Amino acid sequence: MSRRAGAVLAILLFVLATVGRAAVSPEEMLADPALEARARALARELRCLVCQNQSIDDSDAPLARDLRRIVRERLLAGDSDEDVRRFLVDRYGTFVLLKPPLEPATIALWVGPFVVLLGAGLAVFRYLRRPASTTHPEDLTEDERRRLEALLAPPARD
Amino acid sequence: MNDTDRLAARPQRRLWLYLLPLALFAVVAGFLAYGLTRDARVLPSALIDRPAPEFALPPIPGRDTHGFARTDLGGEPQLVNVWASWCVPCRAEHPLLTRLAREEGVIVDGINYKDQTEDARAFLTKLGDPFRYIGQDRDGRVAIEWGVYGVPETFVIDREGRIRYRHVGPLTPRDVEDRILPLLRELGLGAS
Repeated sequence: MSRRAGAVLAILLFVLATVGRAAVSPEEMLADPALEARARALARELRCLVCQNQSIDDSDAPLARDLRRIVRERLLAGDSDEDVRRFLVDRYGTFVLLKPPLEPATIALWVGPFVVLLGAGLAVFRYLRRPASTTHPEDLTEDERRRLEALLAPPARD
Repeated sequence: MNDTDRLAARPQRRLWLYLLPLALFAVVAGFLAYGLTRDARVLPSALIDRPAPEFALPPIPGRDTHGFARTDLGGEPQLVNVWASWCVPCRAEHPLLTRLAREEGVIVDGINYKDQTEDARAFLTKLGDPFRYIGQDRDGRVAIEWGVYGVPETFVIDREGRIRYRHVGPLTPRDVEDRILPLLRELGLGAS
């Protein structure tokens, strides 16, 4: 195996090893595959409060593990996904949801991009629809034409 | 309209266009100033002004036989401190809790978070025990009821047993003087 192929393989293995790796360990998993799938989906949209930009599905933090366990316990107890979310929001606030809910404090976040898009679209539309410019630069005077020609003429060779 | 009129009208009409980037900059700078100066690790509590959660914790064996439960809260304004012997900042804030309890007469109850009995007892023997009641939260479930995401955390509880303030991280003398004590007094500390 050439050195380059080896390097490519090493990078590939590294990427495979890091992408999509969840922190959930086998003993945490539920026996019922359908419930386990719901638990995984929920865990992916719940924020790990300690590491903040990881979901509890990704995080190895002890609190994330505790929260994963709670999610599974609640699902086993017959809670709907919405019940589980509400349980955690009641204790940790909407910050625990990685996807912010639509509420007065987050209106700008949700609507902002569309307002910008609409504004930019309008500006482009108006720019394209504007009447073609009717002003022409004045023609050069005879004097100016001569100066221009002198400037553009190839330098005289001796 | 001839050409000279058009040219003359332009600066007036376009003035807001030139001010627009400035206004946008001001808005963005405002958000950044707010976002970059606040501590992102300190989360607002979802429990402020709500009744403290229901819980009942067993005692640390050998310290007492009471434990700590929801029913212990209320009557007097007080603090609830979540701590652990393995938590270094808890050691740092311990003298302040002791001072509040001994000198200001503040009731301080403790939730001993994910700790070993021996370690917790050794911590209290070595550094002193300012707590009225302590509940042992071995698996951290009660702390989750309180919305705790790291130790230490300190809650101010009013006479009705509601959570009025939450402090994340170790208390500093300034926190105590500027926030904790004034709030406790406002809630009627030492009034009865």
